[in-house]
Amino acid sequence: MLYLDNSATTAVHPEVVKVMQDVLEKHFGNPSSLHKKGIEAEKILQISKNFIAQTLQVKPQEIVFTSGGTEGDNLAVKGIALQYQNRGRHIITSQVEHPAVRESCRQLENLGFEITYLAVDKIGCVDPELVKSSLRKDTILVSIMQVNNEVGAIQPIQAIGELIKKHTKIFFHVDGVQGYAKIPVQLKLWGVDLFTISAHKIHGPKGVGALYIRDGIKLFPQITGGGQEGGIRSGTENVPGIAGFAKACQIAREIFVTKSKEMSKLRKACIVLLEESIPAIVVNGPKDEEVSPYIINLSIPGLRGEVLVHALEKENIFVSTGSACSSKKDITSPVLDAMGLAQDIKLGSIRVSFSYETTLEDIEVFVNKLTQVVEQLLRKN
Amino acid sequence: MRRVYMDHSATTPVRSEVAQLVTGYFTETFGNASSVHAYGREARKGVENAREQIASLIKAKPEEIFFTSGGTEADNMAIIGTVMANRDKGKHIITTQIEHHAVLDTCKYLEGQGFEVTYLPVDDYANIDIGQLKAAIREDTILISIMHVNNEVGTILPIKEIGQIAKEKNIFLHVDAVQSFGKIPIDVNEMNIDLLSASGHKIYAPKGIGCLYLRKGIKLSPLFFGGSQERKRRPGTENVPGIVGFGLSAELAGKEMEVEIIRLTGLRDKLINGILEKIPESQLNGNRTNRLPGHVNVSLRYIEGESLLLMLDMKGIAASSGSACTSGSLDPSHVLMAMGICHEVAHGSLRLTLGKISTEEDINYVLEVLPEIVEKLRSMSPLFNSMEIDNREECSTCTLTK
Ligand SMILES: Cc1ncc(COP(=O)(O)O)c(C=O)c1O
Ligand SMILES: Cc1ncc(COP(=O)(O)O)c(C=O)c1O
Repeated sequence: MLYLDNSATTAVHPEVVKVMQDVLEKHFGNPSSLHKKGIEAEKILQISKNFIAQTLQVKPQEIVFTSGGTEGDNLAVKGIALQYQNRGRHIITSQVEHPAVRESCRQLENLGFEITYLAVDKIGCVDPELVKSSLRKDTILVSIMQVNNEVGAIQPIQAIGELIKKHTKIFFHVDGVQGYAKIPVQLKLWGVDLFTISAHKIHGPKGVGALYIRDGIKLFPQITGGGQEGGIRSGTENVPGIAGFAKACQIAREIFVTKSKEMSKLRKACIVLLEESIPAIVVNGPKDEEVSPYIINLSIPGLRGEVLVHALEKENIFVSTGSACSSKKDITSPVLDAMGLAQDIKLGSIRVSFSYETTLEDIEVFVNKLTQVVEQLLRKN
Repeated sequence: MRRVYMDHSATTPVRSEVAQLVTGYFTETFGNASSVHAYGREARKGVENAREQIASLIKAKPEEIFFTSGGTEADNMAIIGTVMANRDKGKHIITTQIEHHAVLDTCKYLEGQGFEVTYLPVDDYANIDIGQLKAAIREDTILISIMHVNNEVGTILPIKEIGQIAKEKNIFLHVDAVQSFGKIPIDVNEMNIDLLSASGHKIYAPKGIGCLYLRKGIKLSPLFFGGSQERKRRPGTENVPGIVGFGLSAELAGKEMEVEIIRLTGLRDKLINGILEKIPESQLNGNRTNRLPGHVNVSLRYIEGESLLLMLDMKGIAASSGSACTSGSLDPSHVLMAMGICHEVAHGSLRLTLGKISTEEDINYVLEVLPEIVEKLRSMSPLFNSMEIDNREECSTCTLTK
């Protein structure tokens, strides 16, 4: 079994499982309760929050726990829009955002907001100059992802942040779900006001995430009730999930320090091997600069993506077409559309995504199997 | 020291069968349920199986169950979702004064959005008057949202009667069943429930998972936007381990319900009788019989709830005053206030909620420890000492004899 679909989700790290089992069994209290069981749970929450804040070099009170990346993106985009709509109703985002941001923006359009969806270049990157020329007097939010989940393109967050810093009334949200703990994050330096992360993409549990909200920014809550998380996000906190998230962050950070160069090399090696064995192969997105070491999006002209995915699955190799969320639809990916790729490249695209546990041997196995599979399929055609 | 957990209405320990199942979904069956490959398909199978388990507990169809991150989200989604999708039909909502804040605060928010809300009062037992409900219904009423069991005092509200009225008047009925789901029978068809919220961590499943039952054919605008998970009603990568854990605990709750109801009712009554007998000037809040099995809420006059909780905690007993979410605040419970209980008596309220792990010995231990603590606290209370028992005046706004 070779699982190379780590951008869709990851296996929970055994140490994270241990932490969660411990919390599930022993520290089951409700953090709002006043007795020992509650206080224990509250302490776990606080420690986890402190830790995650540290990894982002922000204050603990700037972190709000959510049920995942989708909720974080919704809370950031809609929370800013509804809170600050008196200042203006214009939002800038890109055409390659995750549906959580894109669909939140569409919803805001229904409410009378105006959205600029920035075009991207052939490799999926946003041009900061375009952001600059799209800024208006009534712009209240710029929302650009750090790493694109389908092709791995790293967006010029720092350059965009520099632009926005001059406009103190414009907030900057970054969807960091595919970037956090995988490539460097410097929120303060970049001038990021809101940053979304999700645990299950970094070997933590599903159903947990966090949103960084810079001190002083108010968000219109999406869920109201008991007033947990400073009233920004009500609901009994997912204590075991949060503890597991913190542990996953710790492990990912340690590995990041020691392995991030290695991961870039691994990706490069994979592309070199692929190009050697399958001359027809096309790599979509950035080749080796400005790209996440964890994602390769590739096409074999003439072969459909889902055919490749199924053929590889027969060989016990698991990859995906585009992102998991859109993989059921028989329409081409909006991200590849925005990049202006040819139809056969779009229909032929598959995404291979690594984890810090992926090894060079795994890459070799993958390349060998893919080569075989492609040869067989092309012969059949 | 003996440890006694009597705060099952705040949250419950995860049962071991559930913890074991959940763990397997962290590591082996870890796929994204939207992925088309084997990992994804196995995860999907787990999710759909859980959907059936949950649907069958409330006699709903599996496709009427939508997973959420918990009870609070389900309440928000149910109320905001139906009124926003049906605002062309009217702008009036009926709820009660004793709902959980997840419902109350959502209604407050909607008032700011141009909706009108009637908050029905309740009687001394935290029950609504059906006549008042009928009288509150207007031409433009689109939603009734009433909880099945009150989390603070355990009263069971007459959902079947309410459902009958809602159906006759063609108004949607949402029921916050977070405290009743898996504990007492619910039949969404017989009770004419259109939307229902439930939460995993109240029935021995993990925190961070819940669901909304949405009757087929009812329009709902989602709270969140994104991928097409949960048929677009609730996007976001599914919390597969949480979902399968919730499914299993729902199934087990269904199997054990009949026996648990009898057992917990017995323990509850023993606890209530013991407290009322052993502690002078104590009263039961809520109805004697029309209450959730395992739910006890008493007021102990001249006692300050928070000190009582602390002392109990030192003796190993975990209890609460009012609901967990609001127990951090010093405001008296909105539920006890709505029941007409005066500030002073409300402040001395103690909630003891039993569950699967509760035993007869737990009850005995509490009945041994609680009266001693109360006596000690009262002996330190200036209010209590300033008056002879006989001369103590009845509280003007409420009586102790309920
Ligand atoms: C870039 C990006 N943003 C947001 C999300 C949504 O996160 P979640 O699955 O935790 O809801 C994902 C993953 O699905 C993602 O890749
Ligand atoms: C009646 C009621 N509704 C809603 C909730 C909120 O559920 P959750 O804690 O899962 O968000 C609770 C519990 O806190 C409750 O008792």
